[in-house]
Amino acid sequence: MSTVADDLHHDDHHDHKPSGIKRWLYTTNHKDIGTLYLWFAFIMFLIGGAMAMVIRAELFQPGLQIVDPNFFNQMTTVHGLIMVFGAVMPAFTGLANWMVPLMIGAPDMALPRMNNWSFWILPFAFLILLSSLFLEGGGPNFGWTFYAPLSTTYSNDSTALFVFSVHIMGASSIMGAINVIVTIFNMRAPGMTWMKMPLFVWTWLITAFLLIAVMPVLAGAVTMVLTDKFFGTSFFDAAGGGDPVMFQHIFWFFGHPEVYIMILPAFGIISQIVPTFSRKPLFGYSSMVYATTSIALLSFIVWAHHMFTTGMPLFAEMFFMFATMLISVPTGVKVFNWVATMWRGAISFEVPMLFALAFIVLFTLGGFSGLMLAITPVDFQYHDTYFVVAHFHYVLVTGAVFSIMAAVYYWLPKWTGKMYDETLAKWHFWCSLISVNVLFFPMHFVGLAGMPRRIPDYSLQFADFNQWISIGGFAFGLSQFIFLALLLKACRKEGEPVSDKVWDGAEGLEWEIPSPAPYHTFETPPVVK
Amino acid sequence: MNGQTKNNKALVLRLAAIVVGMFGFGFALVPLYDVFCDITGINGKTRNTAASYDFVTVDESRLVTVEFITRTNSGMPWEFEAQTKRVKVHPGEMAQVDFYVRNPSSRDIIGQAIPSVSPGTAALYLNKTECFCFNQQPLLAGQEALMPMKFYVDPQLPEDIHFFTLSYTLYDVTATSSEVAMNNK
Repeated sequence: MSTVADDLHHDDHHDHKPSGIKRWLYTTNHKDIGTLYLWFAFIMFLIGGAMAMVIRAELFQPGLQIVDPNFFNQMTTVHGLIMVFGAVMPAFTGLANWMVPLMIGAPDMALPRMNNWSFWILPFAFLILLSSLFLEGGGPNFGWTFYAPLSTTYSNDSTALFVFSVHIMGASSIMGAINVIVTIFNMRAPGMTWMKMPLFVWTWLITAFLLIAVMPVLAGAVTMVLTDKFFGTSFFDAAGGGDPVMFQHIFWFFGHPEVYIMILPAFGIISQIVPTFSRKPLFGYSSMVYATTSIALLSFIVWAHHMFTTGMPLFAEMFFMFATMLISVPTGVKVFNWVATMWRGAISFEVPMLFALAFIVLFTLGGFSGLMLAITPVDFQYHDTYFVVAHFHYVLVTGAVFSIMAAVYYWLPKWTGKMYDETLAKWHFWCSLISVNVLFFPMHFVGLAGMPRRIPDYSLQFADFNQWISIGGFAFGLSQFIFLALLLKACRKEGEPVSDKVWDGAEGLEWEIPSPAPYHTFETPPVVK
Repeated sequence: MNGQTKNNKALVLRLAAIVVGMFGFGFALVPLYDVFCDITGINGKTRNTAASYDFVTVDESRLVTVEFITRTNSGMPWEFEAQTKRVKVHPGEMAQVDFYVRNPSSRDIIGQAIPSVSPGTAALYLNKTECFCFNQQPLLAGQEALMPMKFYVDPQLPEDIHFFTLSYTLYDVTATSSEVAMNNK
């Protein structure tokens, strides 16, 4: 107890913090927690990436050569889980922790102690998940979507560990989301009205609402899997009166909003970066807010487009097809707004802008393949092929991950007070950009030709393309070590000192505080005019 | 600062209520799904209680073909076959089909048949007055049996349906069902 009291006491003093590991374990400071989240996400990105390397090494040639099929299945499953729940979502939460209080002029997050909790339970969730790989029989091998009966009847006992780790990840995200909502509702600086909030704050607010709406449904789904498997219930067991198709409905009721949880904050980031480097205010601010809201609302009525081949009646397939296509309207509004922001702007191509531009082009490409998948009759052909893999990697890697990298480059000088190594950054960008397309673009072709996903072997005619894909994969993996080197240099505070504003076109409260951002900021709230 | 804490608490409580509500909603989806499918018949499930055959007028103006498919779930050793593969009936007319089962294994097994109708909308108009699928069926090692199923097609059946398939999948439920069923035999 005394440490807690001491800690509170310490927090009252400016820039005074416990040293060593205790600083990080006990911290309630939004910047420390943001940093923890971001490093955790990056480590998970490397671990999940290593699993992708195993997958690509196995698929380098047809036939089975490196791993056995069961281990291959564990790799695809855990790669997906780690990248979704361990890399992308914590990275966005880390950015929210760092930037939301700075952007709305708040001294910290509203619930700092819960903030500490929501981070520190995460490593345990992933420790449980990763350790299950080393148990007898192996870890989860049913795909990150854990469809019943694969996860109930045909799974091994480590499913219990999978279920508990997902429960912990969910609890962490929910606490993080509640914190973001309370901070944005109650701690905005005087004059920071709703329609003056930066778009990153807006998109995160809407994301946080999506999180508290659907993460509990995921918790329910894994709980049903747990009781079906170990306690004799029959939610998804036809013999006992259940229905395995119902699992897919419940899962995707969570799963589709989850997709937007991983992309809405990216829209916010791009909407911050593009105006800065175009030296023009964002085109269509309010339409951006409304577009984000409508994407969030539509995300609740499109889930069954993941299930077109389950034998739904025609009217349901038509409904979900048209509802899905409707989402491209607000998404199109966003893309056109970004383009219009750049129109006749004085554009300069610093690395954050390069990543943002790559995002706009490649995310749109992923959106188009999504539109193709939305067309029910052709989805029967594309379903469960590499075309789907290509689609969601374009929106998640060149979409969400590129936006996170753009955000890190954009705000890193503010965090450290030093400009990052621009040569390394450019190398990182160009290597990533080229290799990511070598990696994912040919997947469209093998997918259209019928190569199924999640299978460790394939027909001979796909061999050439798969070699290209694997080479692209290895190159993309190696490119991330450039990023790691750059980040380590930045943490050692190497580089040119930067001004408070960092970028000459930057606007917003976060650029009015000194660089590097002091440990405590906005203890007296700024006034927004 | 106190006003701030109070506001935060109130908001956190409201958000926590949403979280709890949505967790409950996840489970509420289970009965909702069943109700929705019962009303619309879109998942091809037939009712698992007996229908009555009173005041049904036979519509002799048309014939409906009903086809029967049987299969056993993996790990279920029984032989399972419909004695009649297809019947042509007038809507409202009573028909009986017997299903043959044999337990060739050396252990006593309790089976449960799960029906499914395709196209799914026809499930709403299939009325079974008697069916082996209403109960679990115990069969001693080496034993065989004929299991009856009596049904009629509701005369309300939409005009465009001339043909539908009733499929039964047989599951081994020995492990999960109580021993009562076996003793009752």
